[in-house]
Amino acid sequence: MSSIPYIPAIEVPLPADNYLTAGNSLKSWLLTKDHKRIAILYLIGITFFFFIGGIAATVIRIELLTPKRDFVSAEAYNRMFTIHGVVMVFLYLIPSIPATMGNFLVPLMIGARDLAFPRMNLASWYLFIGGGIFTTLAIILGGVDTGWTFYTPYSSVYSQTNVVLTVIGIFIAGFSSIFTGLNFIVTMHTMRCPGMWWSRMPLFCWSIYATSVIMLLATPVLAMTAVLLLIERAFNVPIFDPARGGDPVLFQHLFWFYSHPAVYIMVLPGMGVISELVACFARKRIYGYGLVAASSIAIAAISFLVWGHHMFVSGMSTYGGLIFSFLSFFVAVPSAIKVVNWIATLHKGSIVFTTPMLYAIAFIGLFVIGGLTGLFLATLATDVHLTDTYFIVAHFHYIMVGGTVTAFMGGIHFWFPKMFGRRYPEWAGRIAAGFIFFGFNLTFFPQFLLGYLGMPRRYAGYPEEFQVLNILSTAGASILAIGYLMPLVYLLWSMKYGKPAGPNPWLAMGMEWTVSSPPPAHNFHKVPVCREEAYAYFDMTPQGGNGPILKKLPGPGQKLERTEWSGT
Amino acid sequence: MNTKFRLLPDSASNFAGDVDKLTLFLTVVSVIITLVVCGLIAFFAIKYRRRHVDDMPPREEPGRWTEILWSAVLFVLLMVMFFWGAEIYMRMKRPAPNATEINVTAKRWMWKIQHPSGQREINELHIPVGQPVKLTMISEDVIHSFSVPAFRIKQDVIPGSYSTQWFTPTKVGEYHLFCQEYCGTLHSDMIGRVVVMEEKDYQAWLAGVSVNVTPVEEGAKLFATYGCLTCHGQNAPSLAGLFGRQQKLDDGSTVLADEEYLRESIINPAAKVVAGYGRLMPSFRAQLSDEQVSALVSYIKTLGAAKSDEPGQANSAAPATQPVNGVPPNSVPNLPPAAQPPGVWPQPSGEN
Repeated sequence: MSSIPYIPAIEVPLPADNYLTAGNSLKSWLLTKDHKRIAILYLIGITFFFFIGGIAATVIRIELLTPKRDFVSAEAYNRMFTIHGVVMVFLYLIPSIPATMGNFLVPLMIGARDLAFPRMNLASWYLFIGGGIFTTLAIILGGVDTGWTFYTPYSSVYSQTNVVLTVIGIFIAGFSSIFTGLNFIVTMHTMRCPGMWWSRMPLFCWSIYATSVIMLLATPVLAMTAVLLLIERAFNVPIFDPARGGDPVLFQHLFWFYSHPAVYIMVLPGMGVISELVACFARKRIYGYGLVAASSIAIAAISFLVWGHHMFVSGMSTYGGLIFSFLSFFVAVPSAIKVVNWIATLHKGSIVFTTPMLYAIAFIGLFVIGGLTGLFLATLATDVHLTDTYFIVAHFHYIMVGGTVTAFMGGIHFWFPKMFGRRYPEWAGRIAAGFIFFGFNLTFFPQFLLGYLGMPRRYAGYPEEFQVLNILSTAGASILAIGYLMPLVYLLWSMKYGKPAGPNPWLAMGMEWTVSSPPPAHNFHKVPVCREEAYAYFDMTPQGGNGPILKKLPGPGQKLERTEWSGT
Repeated sequence: MNTKFRLLPDSASNFAGDVDKLTLFLTVVSVIITLVVCGLIAFFAIKYRRRHVDDMPPREEPGRWTEILWSAVLFVLLMVMFFWGAEIYMRMKRPAPNATEINVTAKRWMWKIQHPSGQREINELHIPVGQPVKLTMISEDVIHSFSVPAFRIKQDVIPGSYSTQWFTPTKVGEYHLFCQEYCGTLHSDMIGRVVVMEEKDYQAWLAGVSVNVTPVEEGAKLFATYGCLTCHGQNAPSLAGLFGRQQKLDDGSTVLADEEYLRESIINPAAKVVAGYGRLMPSFRAQLSDEQVSALVSYIKTLGAAKSDEPGQANSAAPATQPVNGVPPNSVPNLPPAAQPPGVWPQPSGEN
């Protein structure tokens, strides 16, 4: 792209033989076992649900423009925030990076032809769509009003809405996540190509590995919790209903035992994406590779021990609160290690501000704010004041939207040329990234202040003194919405009309960049051999790396020459 | 645009100042870290921007001791946050001994409040400034959460078990009372106000609200109506002096006889049986409403008056705030101490 300084523009025609041209019929897509096509199927699915969740968010923000409950009824408002939460968490965030980029890239990055269980991979997509259909049906038939947390006994006894359908949807979608996690773990254990040692595996794969462990171990607990809730609601067997001897707080323990680790299912893959982007666009080995990889595993392990920090005011014992608070602080250490090492990677790097890099830098800043405000919530006394207020809402949106969605956007912009063989207009990408960064902060930063003032979450109306900050937040949300709509337009356009990208438009080192863009149906024509880790930028000279990228380093003003990848 | 805009909430309880100081500390730490991170990113981004396509940065590896050192500094900082927060939290969990005991019953979508002197109010809580208040709260349906942002307190209100919350209001004024746990359709209408008044205004307010019966009186009446005395003190354990004591159970463990224990023993008596007694008592789950159980518990707590044989101490062991229209303590039927089986009452100093 000529508009990016010092990233060379090379015209390479699209390869005739690639996974996109391997079959054009609908059947060839719906029955595909190719991990890359399944990734595209997932991408279509989650994009659809992202905009469903986004519409619900729009209604919420419009309602909150004024203190009075006037745009929609209380019933409708409660359905909107429930739909927003359920759809965004279970049908967008959880599958987002693992099921799209993970599916597409893990085999390419480790030099494999496909995932270990291609049929199970396809089945996981059908489960995801099945769960999505149940949830969509619940919305069409009148919605659900419990909040995405489904706290009992409201959800199990009192709510008059489609709880059963929605919970069945989540139950089914959960199995999609278990299948995906299992597939990744087995693939990474058994299918790494010769030379792809664990110690050379890209950090994106490490973070997907850690994520998969959480998916495999935590999601079954969500399934059990869903079944217990269904048994109580559909068959009237008391489990959580205190009027008949049940324990409503037990539900919260079970729910957060899944849903706290689920936060890391959402954010760990994002961290993996950022490691790849920072290394590529600072043209530098990621600083402290081993520590960054280990911190992914550490975060996954600690994530199982901190669920109680959602319940400091729930009536849990005082000593339970102390222990969960203490343990929660330990998550901060590996998270901080990642941030410090990303920044250290920039030091003395060769930094170029492409669209993906803008997202990566935005991610670091937003994740730092999200993480630091998490300390307010791990600290007992401040959590008592802040929990269930807009402070919580702001905090987890900084992590999930500022973190995960930003990383998702960065990753999509980074690997879009690999996925579709074409480039998007760089200027459009940068403008959208700017809109998203500015709109996001304007939407959610005022909510920290609202939270400290005490504005409760899930309120359709509110006292007047909260209005100014709510207006700012809604204004930000409008800008954010534009920022998210723009890529939908220019990326769709670029799929057909974008300039051909060539195998390695960013001059990146990972193995996925050694194959043509889009990649061949079977990824590698011969079994590849990994000679060097994916961050060996210091070896990006004539004969280094997984295949020489730069044949001859040109001086300023000279034309760049490059060898084409020919397999090993 | 309205004129009520503000950035910081009122600070009106004994906890508010402490929580604000801790918040300030956390905010300062967070702002410094954020500025350092953003500053470094901006500085590196400009200084190390790619100037030529063949810019090839040097290889750098972290020094082990650098990583260990800054991780250790971070860890110490985190532990300061933990202990500071935990210290305030522990104080939030230990009610002042002289606190006024107020019963709160939550239901969709209102707060029902009863003062020890019998006054009832809905969605309003009138309290005198400077006097500690302890709320004993229960929900009749779903989970609610009692939150007063100006006091920096919050406690979920659970159906089927008591939760407690205490504070001392320190500033006269009116403050929001929010339900902060989603409870269904009109969750956002479950708003009330806490009115903190000067003592003399409070007394005037109390005098202006008609009172039928205090919780203790109502509890005494229920106690008689349901024939509790038929067994308690005879073939069931005496309730005198029970509240606040470590009670020995038939499985060998002990339990603190607090409000929650009393409630559970009325609703589900078989759950925790006093050592030396059988599982004879029926459940009163179907007969008694949550508010009636709260009244009974309030009454049983006053039976502490009979703990001592010396009549002079009876008043001092009764609740600190005497009912305005309440019955005098000596009209409460004291329980016969004679029928106690030996070994049932562990001496407070002897056990644990």
